[in-house]
Amino acid sequence: MRVASSCMMVACMSTTSSVTLQSGASPVDSSAPPIESARRPAPIVPRATIAGRALMGVVAIMTFLASLTTGAVVLVRSAADQWQADVARELTLQVRAVSGQDMEAEVGKTVAIARAFPGIAEVRPYSKDETVHLLEPWLGSGLQFNDLPIPRLIVLRIAPGAAPDLSVLRQSLEEQVAGVSLDDHRSFVARMRAMSGAALLVGIAVLFLVLLATMLSVTFATRAAMVTNQPVIEVLHLIGAKDNFIAAHFQQHFLQLGLRGGLLGGGIAIALFAFADLASGWFSGTAAGDQFAAMFGTFSLGALGYLAMLAQIGLVAGTTAIACRRTVSATIEAVQ
Amino acid sequence: MVRFENVGLRYGVGPEVLRDVTLRVDPHSFQFLTGPSGAGKTSLLRLLFLALRPTRGLVTIFGHDVATLSKDALSTLRRRIGIVFQDFRLLDHMSTFENVALPLRVMGQEEQSYREEVLELLKWVGLGDRIWALPAVLSGGEKQRAAIARAVIARPQLLLADEPTGNVDPNLAQRLLRLFVELHKSGTSVIIATHDIGLMDRFDARRLVLHDGRLHVYD
Repeated sequence: MRVASSCMMVACMSTTSSVTLQSGASPVDSSAPPIESARRPAPIVPRATIAGRALMGVVAIMTFLASLTTGAVVLVRSAADQWQADVARELTLQVRAVSGQDMEAEVGKTVAIARAFPGIAEVRPYSKDETVHLLEPWLGSGLQFNDLPIPRLIVLRIAPGAAPDLSVLRQSLEEQVAGVSLDDHRSFVARMRAMSGAALLVGIAVLFLVLLATMLSVTFATRAAMVTNQPVIEVLHLIGAKDNFIAAHFQQHFLQLGLRGGLLGGGIAIALFAFADLASGWFSGTAAGDQFAAMFGTFSLGALGYLAMLAQIGLVAGTTAIACRRTVSATIEAVQ
Repeated sequence: MVRFENVGLRYGVGPEVLRDVTLRVDPHSFQFLTGPSGAGKTSLLRLLFLALRPTRGLVTIFGHDVATLSKDALSTLRRRIGIVFQDFRLLDHMSTFENVALPLRVMGQEEQSYREEVLELLKWVGLGDRIWALPAVLSGGEKQRAAIARAVIARPQLLLADEPTGNVDPNLAQRLLRLFVELHKSGTSVIIATHDIGLMDRFDARRLVLHDGRLHVYD
């Protein structure tokens, strides 16, 4: 009905005084794209602007840095957990030389008691030669230790999931073996837990700062990009577009920009961690690889780590969209 | 259609740029708005197309007191007003067709429903061969005509034009005036803000003369 009325308007005008603004105005140009197969309508918000690309770059870089920090925090946490679990699963028995006692017999008795105790999966006594070998880094080689009362070590490994009553084991050993002591590494584990906890807190604080910096820089970059779109917002507003219509189009555009930048930066970080995880597998079994794994754990982030990174990408994209919506609202307010 | 009663306008804490403006624009009327530079023509136009709210006084448009309307209601009201900006304000990333169709698009209409209508109007304003051209390659006169086509495509009840002949030669200015007269004859109320005395002399219409922020009406 509207089309008809408009055509009537045009017809009316044309018949009234044959008004055309160019004498002999040509009909629709045959060189123009055919109307029926016309391209998709241009988006309301201009795409591929320099400011938009710059914003995407900022989002990509900040997401990359935030993802690296998240990955590092996850790795530190998992490495600390692994160290603690390893150390807590191990017990050390020390059999000191007591005059008048046969050391080998005492060691044998200790091993037997330990093996018979429920929850102990592995008992490994260090031989005299191995014990001497352990001292070499401090005392050098080639020395005769036969006359020295060197204590002997027995390493016990607790069965996975078992929780043996160590006080019973300690009492049983002390009753039957002279000069034996049990070290459950509790004080070492406590110190390690404190240290790893502190490292984790520092990591989380750094992550928080990086995320804050990401949101701030993305917010400002979004606002800068929106400035270039101010004339578009003004025109849309003045020709009768409702605030929600304008805000929705801009928000969608900037959400896409944020997602693209986030996926780029976060994707590179994820690929980097995945590659490092893969590469650490290649060196597994070598001296350097094992030493590195013992010190720093593995590069495996686990599903949770990767999920955290993906969540970050969403967070950054959402921040971009929210900053855009607020800027659009402020611009519309300014126009009014 | 439009009623101003003792309207005053100031920007921030500055002096009043419009003082005690009382005005009535009737349906199907035609008027020129004129006055020296800085007299407040653009401010009055901005009040008319609801880009500003008055500092004091009463403004009613299409029977609605603009001071009491919500943002959405103001947007709906703006759709009944066509505006031709002095600087055209065409969107650079859109073709002539898309610029002209924009008011219909923001109303939520599908391209299918308005395509023929827009093409017809573009032909009528002499832009039939510039349908897919971007504003960057249009001449000043072509941009002006595209801006006018955009202003009238939604068949507004009130058409406001700010110096519509300011960037064109006298010949084209004459044609543009005829276009506005035709729109007026089809039932649209027209207000043309202009400095061009020659243009006003070509058509006998009511004159609204702004001087030092005050409005004088010459019927």
